[in-house]
Amino acid sequence: MYNFDFVKPASVEDAVAALGGDEAQPLSGGMTLLPSMKQRLNAPATLVSLTGIDALKGVCRDGDMLVIGAATPHAVVARDAAADYPALAELAGQIGDPMVRNRGTIGGSLANNDPSACYPSAALASGATIVTDKREIAADDFFQGMFATALDEGEIITSVRFPIPQKAAYAKFAQPASRFALTGAFVAQYANGVRVAITGASENGVFRWSEAEAALSSNFSADALAGLAASADQMIGDLHGTPEYRAHLVGVMTRRAVAAAH
Amino acid sequence: MPKDGGIGASTKRREDVRFLTGNGRYTDDINLRGQAHAYFLRSQVAHGKINGIDTAAAEAMDGVIRVFTAKDFEGVGGMPCGWQITDKHGQPMQEPKHPILAEGKVRHVGDPVAVVIAETLEQARDAAEAIELDIEDLPAVVDMKAALAEGAPKVHDDLTSNLCYDWGFVEENKAAVEDAFAKAAHVTTLELVNQRLVANPMEPRVAVGDYDPWNDNSTLYTTSQNPHVIRLLMGAFVLGIPEHKLRVVAPDVGGGFGTKIFHYAEEAFCTFAARQLKRPVKWTSSRSEAFISDAHGRDHVTKIQLALDDANNFTAIRTETYANMGAYLSTFAPSVPTWLHGTLMAGNYRTPLIYVNVKAVFTNTVPVDAYRGAGRPEATFQLERVIDKAARELGVDPVELRRQNFIKADQFPYATPVAVEYDTGNYDATMDKMLEISDYAGFAARAEESKKRGKLRGFGIAHYIEACGIAPSNLVGQLGARAGLYESATVRVNATGSISIYTGSHSHGQGHETTFAQVVAEMIGIDAGQVEINHGDTANTPMGMGTYGSRSLAVGGSALVKATNKVINKAKKIAAHLLEASEADIELADGKFTVAGTDKSVDWAGVTLAAYVPHNYPLESMEPGLEETAFYDPSNFTYPSGAYGCEVEVDPETGEVEILAFTAADDFGNVVNPMIVEGQVHGGIAQGIGQALLERCVYDEDGQLVSGSYMDYAMPRADDLPNYTVDHSCVTPCTHNPLGVKGCGEAGAIGSPPAVINAVIDALQRGGHSHVTHIDMPASPSRVWAAMNAQ
Repeated sequence: MYNFDFVKPASVEDAVAALGGDEAQPLSGGMTLLPSMKQRLNAPATLVSLTGIDALKGVCRDGDMLVIGAATPHAVVARDAAADYPALAELAGQIGDPMVRNRGTIGGSLANNDPSACYPSAALASGATIVTDKREIAADDFFQGMFATALDEGEIITSVRFPIPQKAAYAKFAQPASRFALTGAFVAQYANGVRVAITGASENGVFRWSEAEAALSSNFSADALAGLAASADQMIGDLHGTPEYRAHLVGVMTRRAVAAAH
Repeated sequence: MPKDGGIGASTKRREDVRFLTGNGRYTDDINLRGQAHAYFLRSQVAHGKINGIDTAAAEAMDGVIRVFTAKDFEGVGGMPCGWQITDKHGQPMQEPKHPILAEGKVRHVGDPVAVVIAETLEQARDAAEAIELDIEDLPAVVDMKAALAEGAPKVHDDLTSNLCYDWGFVEENKAAVEDAFAKAAHVTTLELVNQRLVANPMEPRVAVGDYDPWNDNSTLYTTSQNPHVIRLLMGAFVLGIPEHKLRVVAPDVGGGFGTKIFHYAEEAFCTFAARQLKRPVKWTSSRSEAFISDAHGRDHVTKIQLALDDANNFTAIRTETYANMGAYLSTFAPSVPTWLHGTLMAGNYRTPLIYVNVKAVFTNTVPVDAYRGAGRPEATFQLERVIDKAARELGVDPVELRRQNFIKADQFPYATPVAVEYDTGNYDATMDKMLEISDYAGFAARAEESKKRGKLRGFGIAHYIEACGIAPSNLVGQLGARAGLYESATVRVNATGSISIYTGSHSHGQGHETTFAQVVAEMIGIDAGQVEINHGDTANTPMGMGTYGSRSLAVGGSALVKATNKVINKAKKIAAHLLEASEADIELADGKFTVAGTDKSVDWAGVTLAAYVPHNYPLESMEPGLEETAFYDPSNFTYPSGAYGCEVEVDPETGEVEILAFTAADDFGNVVNPMIVEGQVHGGIAQGIGQALLERCVYDEDGQLVSGSYMDYAMPRADDLPNYTVDHSCVTPCTHNPLGVKGCGEAGAIGSPPAVINAVIDALQRGGHSHVTHIDMPASPSRVWAAMNAQ
């Protein structure tokens, strides 16, 4: 790790100001950033910690929305979202291990947009709104490919607003080594239709599986997906699975999520 | 004799108190005054010509003490290889130089090119980034068969090819084997890969070199399984330091699994640099560095054929194996695919004719050497897989095919056609026991139940044998070992009766501090708490060969018994004097010497005190003191064996394999501490399941390590593993060591991989996927799914 300056502001305004500095980077849970700094693959001049900002923390119900502060750790989401949005809580409870769940945050995960992370699928399948220090971004516009998002330089996520579905579930097939999602499917049913988001599988990061959404919107059952296959085109191929295997898992995990939806 | 502390007692491991409370003293816990830190700059390319190394900028940086490159090692020996193989033409293997730091070329990702010594590790690392390396990429060879092709790039320019050796065993049997195959009623052929693994002990390697210029004494603290071997190899062959000026200490070591047997360049470097700089030099491997600098394991590609007659008797086996040596010969690398592998190809069976061919190959990859089981897992996997495949092809029960060809209990000692003689065993008994406790009879009903849930259930069987307790020194000397393989022990009885043991064995998780004390306590009849086991320091232990190959109790324990018997014999003489009786009439029981048939006695402490306060003592005929040393050189290997049963469920939708039950029925001979033995079996099975389902070290075609961290290298976790049912009640004691013990450390890792894969294949076959006759390890979900869906 190279030397860096560390600041821990108490307000979003101060954090944004600090991020205006030269080669400053925001630090939330640090579950990706810190290992890459230890490997000297990342060398920020200043780390701006977001975890000292109370306004970024916590889970609360706001009408038919569940609002989660960006710096809320996964373990807190797993606990505090369970009553209002159990599928989201279950997803949070399966991320990494207890240490990761107590350090890693939802905002950090979404901003990083790892193609194998779990949270992006929940945000996209829920049609969530990503709220930043300067605007609101629809999930459909937020995720822009592997590790790419609509966030501007220095822009920080402050909260995520999840419309609460009628039914939802997340089904994850874990990569055996990292236990990230080799393929994960988040299915959410709303009054106006079903949304299905797939993580882990595509070279373009999280995506909506529109054929499945159409089938499930008219018949929300695993049977509705019979005969539906995702294309292996642009799926990830690596030592843990071929593109064909991941395309196959897209179908399997989506069916399982539908069957488990509650 | 307190039965909670003697032989057969499941005494809790005394060393766990310090380990589990975080109070172990590992090498990285050692920080010496004035210590400097070493950072190794390692090659990022698999193969390249070093045109230049500019260290000027690095040397000028803050805190930098010195930068070393290969030119600083002129006149210093390379890393030695401890075993020479003679090929099938009678020629010695090709043995390339293995410099401490790369000379002229880099030969694998991780090959050290330069070392920065600085006041802090961060300074050393900063400076290493300022070293300008001019390395010209050369084409890399990664695949073994490609490495042997005409015109392939050579890993070592001064060798004739990338072939280390082409070994045939038993060469004289080759024609007879060919003949048996020509006459066979059935031949089963299996091509398989025993994949490369990274050992991943919990504690990474560490070396701290220290030098006392006023006495010209060097000390190396290191994470080693065998400090005396390191002292001998490094002192005599690398640095030219005589043993009396070199001390090697391996304190608490957090797991070895073979990969800490070998003498590594970092050890020699830190010792050398400490002498040059006249201050201590420390290096601690990072986990990432361990992936590219610890010797890897396995990496065999094999074709095995089994010939059977028309009554399903095995008539011959022939194999052709390519064994990856990596870029250099690690200390014992050449012995693993040969003498530790070929000699086990008879397994538990009466196959009369066997021919094993092994081509050892240099590639631009990390060196490969012994890893838990070392050669024996590779042999067992081939054999137990090909037998299962043969049973399927012939439509016979895999249990019965094995039984029919087992060496029977009344046929021991049994000389195999591959040069070893099994002393004892009862393979039908272990098979029976495994089938009984795994409820094999109830499997069909369980499979039906799985089917109702849409899952495919399978049962896999493997019966293994291994050769442990290495080894008779004269025999291994004939086979090319450049070392003896005895073990040593000193029993130092203190004046008030407590005992300090100094053993040449080394404990890095095995629990010797507990079990060795149990042995001595039992022999004398005192409380085990009176016995302390010391190991790991060449300054106070007799020359010993260390711990690997499941040898500690069988060889080190035997030395301990010998030394303890010497002590007892002398103590009886002292007791006879004190009791004014004839030595022949003295009996030792429960820590008391008694004149037979009388109530005259003296207790243990009375005798030990007399030995050191010899007021009433036969000084004219006997020296005072009570301390004895013994060396034990075994007359044969020991041959643990056992039957393993694995029950799996395969998810046909995803290819995921879940292990539902794992049963091990082992014959380890006599057992000193059942709890520790069971723990060893648990750990071995965990590593075997890791190999069977999860672990895989992968290089791409350019020689880059793809699985270079835990993000891609899948280590088994607790929830990947079932509860095990282990049994060691089948006992045929070893006939040639005093404790009748065989060794248990590697068994689990040897027997479990074929049991798991046999179970996966069984599940798929029962599930209608009759085209799937083999899946290479690890049987990952993607591979199982691909196999099911391949037509």
